[in-house]
Formats: sequence, structure tokens, C-alpha cells
Amino acid sequence: MDKLLISMEGIEKSFPGVKALDQCRFELRAGEVHALVGENGAGKSTMMKVLSGIYAKDAGHIYYKGQEVDISTPRAAQDLGISIIHQELNLMPHLTLAQNIFIGREPRRGMPFLLDEATLNQQTAELFASMHLKLDPQTRVSNLTIAKQQMVEIAKALSFNSEVLIMDEPTAALTETEIEDLFQFIRDLRARGAGIIYISHRLEELQQISDRVTVMRDGHYIDTVTTNEVTTDQIISMMVGRTIYEATPELPDEPTTEVVLEVKNLNQGTALQDINFQLKKGEILGFAGLMGAGRTEVARAIFGADPVDSGAIYIRGQKAEVHSPQQAVWHGIGYLSEDRKRYGLALGLEVKENVAMAALDKFLGFLGWVNKSQIRSTAQYHIDELGIKTPSAEQKVKNLSGGNQQKVVIGKWLTADTDILIFDEPTRGIDVGAKSEIYKLLNELAKQGKSIIMISSELPEILRMSHRVIVMCEGRITGELPIEEATQEKIMTLATARKAIVNDSSPATPAVTA
Amino acid sequence: MEFKTQLKTLFNSDASQKILAFAGLIVMFVVFSLASPNFFQFSNIVGILLATAVNGVLALGVTFVIITGGIDLSVGTVMTLSAVMTGVFITNLGLPIPVGVLGGLLTGGFAGWVNGTVISKMRVPPFVTTLGMLYVAKGLALVISGLKPIYFSDNPGFTKIAMGDIAGIPYAVIIFFGAAIVASIILNKTILGRYTFALGSNEEATRLSGVNTDKWKTAVYALAGLYSGLAGVLIASRLNSAQPALGAGYELDAIAAVVIGGTSLSGGEGTILGTVIGAFIISVLTNGLRILSVPQEWQIVVTGGILIVAVYADMLRRRQS
Repeated sequence: MDKLLISMEGIEKSFPGVKALDQCRFELRAGEVHALVGENGAGKSTMMKVLSGIYAKDAGHIYYKGQEVDISTPRAAQDLGISIIHQELNLMPHLTLAQNIFIGREPRRGMPFLLDEATLNQQTAELFASMHLKLDPQTRVSNLTIAKQQMVEIAKALSFNSEVLIMDEPTAALTETEIEDLFQFIRDLRARGAGIIYISHRLEELQQISDRVTVMRDGHYIDTVTTNEVTTDQIISMMVGRTIYEATPELPDEPTTEVVLEVKNLNQGTALQDINFQLKKGEILGFAGLMGAGRTEVARAIFGADPVDSGAIYIRGQKAEVHSPQQAVWHGIGYLSEDRKRYGLALGLEVKENVAMAALDKFLGFLGWVNKSQIRSTAQYHIDELGIKTPSAEQKVKNLSGGNQQKVVIGKWLTADTDILIFDEPTRGIDVGAKSEIYKLLNELAKQGKSIIMISSELPEILRMSHRVIVMCEGRITGELPIEEATQEKIMTLATARKAIVNDSSPATPAVTA
Repeated sequence: MEFKTQLKTLFNSDASQKILAFAGLIVMFVVFSLASPNFFQFSNIVGILLATAVNGVLALGVTFVIITGGIDLSVGTVMTLSAVMTGVFITNLGLPIPVGVLGGLLTGGFAGWVNGTVISKMRVPPFVTTLGMLYVAKGLALVISGLKPIYFSDNPGFTKIAMGDIAGIPYAVIIFFGAAIVASIILNKTILGRYTFALGSNEEATRLSGVNTDKWKTAVYALAGLYSGLAGVLIASRLNSAQPALGAGYELDAIAAVVIGGTSLSGGEGTILGTVIGAFIISVLTNGLRILSVPQEWQIVVTGGILIVAVYADMLRRRQS
């Protein structure tokens, strides 16, 4: 059990202008899950990229099973049996699952350059079977959901017979059940004597899965502790170097009774069936459910991004025609996508340009001339108001942290005078400190009378933030819970209430057409 | 179950685009045949096949490059340079024809290798690199030939390479089909083909999987160069001379054929059969419009229109699926 697999000592790494790692160390024993935590920019990912041969270290030593090794390419790491599952999925969407898993080591047929597709698919099928995954090796990756793609990444890593498996935020895109499956894999691997390095922002997971925790901060090694000897709060204070309020949920003020948005009988193929709900002024309405339950589809339908088969939307009692995002914005609806880098921001543009983007016509003067100083002052107003940490309104958005990028998106929708805001996974990929700031901001917005729909896969987030929780499963609303009655267990029960076992007693469940 | 999976794979593949393009080709054939009795004649069909051969061979190589998400603008003038070098080897140096042909092929392959090396090692964008190579090859062809065509009159066997025939079908056409089959095998059955798709789909992921992406990218451009070399030999043989001023503009026809054939300019998708159909669409169109006495200027306009319509149709299909 105590055999040392990996030992990293005195690791240094600099990028132009930043010292990313300063005298960092890390060790991993066989048969342990070792969590690596720290805020964004603490150097966790950099450290692991050094270990997996993606970055070359500037100084320091890496020992593998007691021998000093030189890991200068991803291939060298793989050959040693060190595999990494990256935070951003690294798959080739146009290739099949089998082709992805065996990329770089395809079985050959006789001649060294001829592919043996049959063996490739066969081996992949065996691999999936051993993992109890029901996937067709010949499906294209682009046809899979993010969660399934994640599983393919894990299958790929396991196929190397790796003794060291590095997982960078593996649960970020997974639902609770999928996380449980993943943890079971991890425990099996651990039992077989593999060492697993586990990077995560979800500190509540550490107690469940990790044996030891190493904390990093600002490119420095802080400490390594045994997980069951510390509390989550102690880990947090090591991470941030100060004590911040974290687990104390503040119950938001009660919303008013004024209905701002009402959705009636929304249908969209099999994706959405008979969706009915109301959103009140000043309310945060949580949308819970498993991945693929149809929560994002509801948001996109309301926002006019996808066409629907039938259904009506009423805004402040008036029937509203929303067939395009443009009309949605005109009605005061803003949508903050779960993938803000792709759909929410122009990363190469400045903060002020992003803030003005959804409402550029407000800044147009004579002959379509853009009033730049007005944009600047509006942007500065939101920077101050939302507490966006940026050197100036002219900073490019790509240089901001995840939490601050999210605030820029919020600023954008506030500029557009939207008062119904749909947040899709508002804190995905955002670190602990920034998360609580986003929460504060959401409460603040609700207090100001904005109405918020918050889609989230993190149950603690749903329970902490919402006035009311709507749970979806397979394109239908399976239940609605006032926050006083909502518990993780109740939500999960509703989120897995498949058609045959729908519980009709829940108050807002619409009549289900069998 | 097995069949259903296959059917699904087929539908998800680019097969439906090929069917669309192929249907377009058939429609053109029918329309031109009805419009003019001169169109559906053996001699005219052979003419179309022959006209397709050179552009088609170029397009085969370009297909690989475009699937990686790159572009090769140099294939036209590299073809010319290869033709000139073939002339130098055979006519000026008096080397045997097979040696000269090999020299021509390797000239193209070398130019492609240079493209690939500059792109992968020096990280110059493919557009710029191959635009540079377009000029370099064009200039070299003029310098080496001394601005004059090189004739193969002393080697009557050379012209047979393209213009010899089996049952009236010129060798050039047979070589084109052979080259297409080889290209299809490389793309679908070999490791080079697999990495061609992988590079175009997600280059960083491919690199992080331990694949030497620089090496394989260079190989793809070298392969495109080899196909340009083959086109150079074919055009020299067909014209019985190496014309140093020819070649500019061929790269655009080749790219057009690839795109009409359904290969995505953003990489990761494409087929050889599609490219072959695309090349035929262009030459059938040109030929048919000429038979209908449409002025040449207008033929060019129509070709451009077809290009846009073809890509639009493809995008409609993608949006639906």
C-alpha cells in the first residue's frame, strides 16, 4: 500500500511574465486517491501537465517508482503508464469511439501502415464491456453527450493499463448518478493498486473519494493532509489563505406574487413534453435534473433559440411571440449559456465591447456612429457594480478568470435591460471564492426585482440559491418543490422519475400523456 | 442490429452528400444530353474524362490537406514545376523515361514536403506557406526552363503515358482512377488516413494522444505534392511538352472540386469519391456549356455559382441531421 509511485520535487515552471510553479512537490502512493486542490491559477493543472509530459519543467526532479525519469512528451508519460484526463475534453469529434480510444496505437494488419479496423472495434467493445459501458465503438464522438464523452476519455485512459491516472475536474460535466459510477471506477482502480490524482473544485467530493489532499496556492505547495483528519472548511482556508464564508447558505428574500413569465404547454419533439411553469418577480427558480433532462432545451426554447412544436409564453400576462433570440431580448429575456466561452462572450474582444454587445443600438448615435465614451462609462459602471476584477474596461475578456468572465456576461445582459435572466450552470468551472461572489450577485439581482431561472447540476447550489425548485426528467417536469421541502433525496427521486413511475402527487406535475 | 448500425454509420458519414452530388452530376448529364445531340457521344465523354484527369489528380491530393483543416494553394504551379523537371530529366539530360517520370513525381513530393515542414515546424499558416510555394514553384519553373517550353519530341514513348489507350479510354483517365483508388485506400485503410482525419478533427487532442502530429502533417502535404507531381507528368505527356507558363489557376479548380465533393473546409470530414464526383461536375459543366455555345466567360460564372449552391446544399443537409 505504501509503495511510492510518483515523487515530484522542487518543480519550477515559468511562463512569460508568470511564475506558475515555484518549488512545488507532490507524491503519490500505489493504491491511493490523492486529491490536488487550489483555486484557479494555483498551479494544479500546470503541475499535472508537467507530470504528463505536456509542459517541460524548468527545474526539479520527477521520480517514478524510485527512478528519476525524464518526461518530455505525452508519449513518454503514456509509456511509463501515466495517463491524464484533461479538463477540456480531448477527443476527435469526427472519429468513432474506437478510433479515438486507440489513436496513436492502432492495431495493424500485416503491413505496418494498414489499419485493422475489426480488431480495433473488437478491443474497444471488450474495454467497454469491462467498464459496464453500453456504447457502440463505431459511433462518432460528436453524437455523444458531454457525459458520455467523458466516459470515453476515461475508457481511453484505462486502456493504457495505467498505474497512474490523473483526472482534472472529471465531474464538472457529470450528473450525480454518473459521478457515483465514476467514483466506483476510481475505487476499483485503487483496489487494483493504481494511484489516482484527482483535481476538483467540488470539495464535498474529496471526503467521499480521496485518501489524502495536497493543497496548492499561487504556484506554491502549501501542505499535504490525510482527508479524514481535516474538515472542508480547513481545506478551504488553506486554499485561499484566509477564511471565507462558504457553507453558510443565506436564504434569499421571498419573491413577490407577481408572475413575470408563464410557460404553457411547451412541446418540442421528444426533447420537451408539456412544459408548464410560472416565474415570479424577484424569484430564483432552480431547475434541477440529470444531464439530458431537457433543462437547457427549455431555456433555449424560451429564449427563441430553438423552434418549438407548440406552446405559448406569456410575459407579464401578455402572450409573447418569441421566435428568435432577438425577440427574446426585446421582451427582456437574457440567456447565460453553460458554455460561456462559446456562446456568451467574444473572448478576443475587450470587456467594454462585450458588455455593450447585446445592446449596441443603445450606443448608436448619428448615422450609426458608435458612442465609445458612453460604452466605456456603462462598462465601468458594471465593473464597479458587479465587482469585476479587471485592470480596465479595455482588458481582453480571455485574460479574465472564469468567475469574472461570468460577471461580464451578466453585465452584458444588464446593459440590455433584461429582467428575466436564465442562468445555465452559472458556476461551472468557477473556483470556490468566485462562486460565492456569483451567488451573492444572483441574490442581489433577485432583490432588485430581476427574475431568475437557474439551471444547475449541483444540488447544493440548487438548494442554497432557489426559492422554488423544478425538477425535470426526460423532457418532462416531474415535480416542483418549495425550498422548505426540497432535499437532495427528494430532488434525485424526481430527477429519476422515468415515465412509468411518475409520481402524480407532486403539486405542479402536469397531466402526463401516456 | 448489425445492419441497422451500419445503416446509421452510412447516414452519419458523408454518403448522403455524395448521393446529392452524384444526383447533381446525373441531372447535368441528362440536361446536356437533351439539350444537344453532340453531348452524349463517345468522343465527347472521353474528352470529359480526359479533361477531368489532371484536375482530378490534383484534387485528390488537396482532399487530404483540406481534411486536416489546411489548404494547399501551390498544387497548380508545383504541377508545372514537376512537368518542367520531367522535361529536364528526359529531354535535356537524356535520362530514360521511367527515371524522368520518377524525377517529376519526386519534385512534387519534395515541394510538398517543404510546405509541410514549414507549416508544422515553423508554424507558418498553411495559406501563407502554400501561397509562397505557389510563387516559388512558378518562378522556378520559368527559371529552369529558360521561359521556353520543353518538348518531348525525341521520346515518342512519353506521350503514350497519358494518351495511349485501352478500348479508346486514354491512359490518363485510367491513371486518374487508379490514383483515386490508391487515395481512397490511404484515406480509409491506413494510419496516414486516420491521422489525416484526426488532425482535422482536433489537432491538439491528437498531439496529446502521443501522435507525432508534425510528422504526419508533413506527410499529408508531401502526399499532396506527390499527386501534383503525378499531375505534372500527365499534363506534360498529354501536351507532349512541359509548358512553364501553365498551371496558375489549377489550384482553384482543384479546391473547388474538393469542396463540391462535400469535404469540409473546417476539416475532419471528406471523401475521395466525393472529390472525384466534384471534379467531374466541374468538367461536365464546362464541356456541356461549351457544346451549348455558352461563351467561356459565362462558363466561369456558372462554375462559381454551382460551387456556392453545392456548399449551401451540403450545409442544409448538415443542419437537418
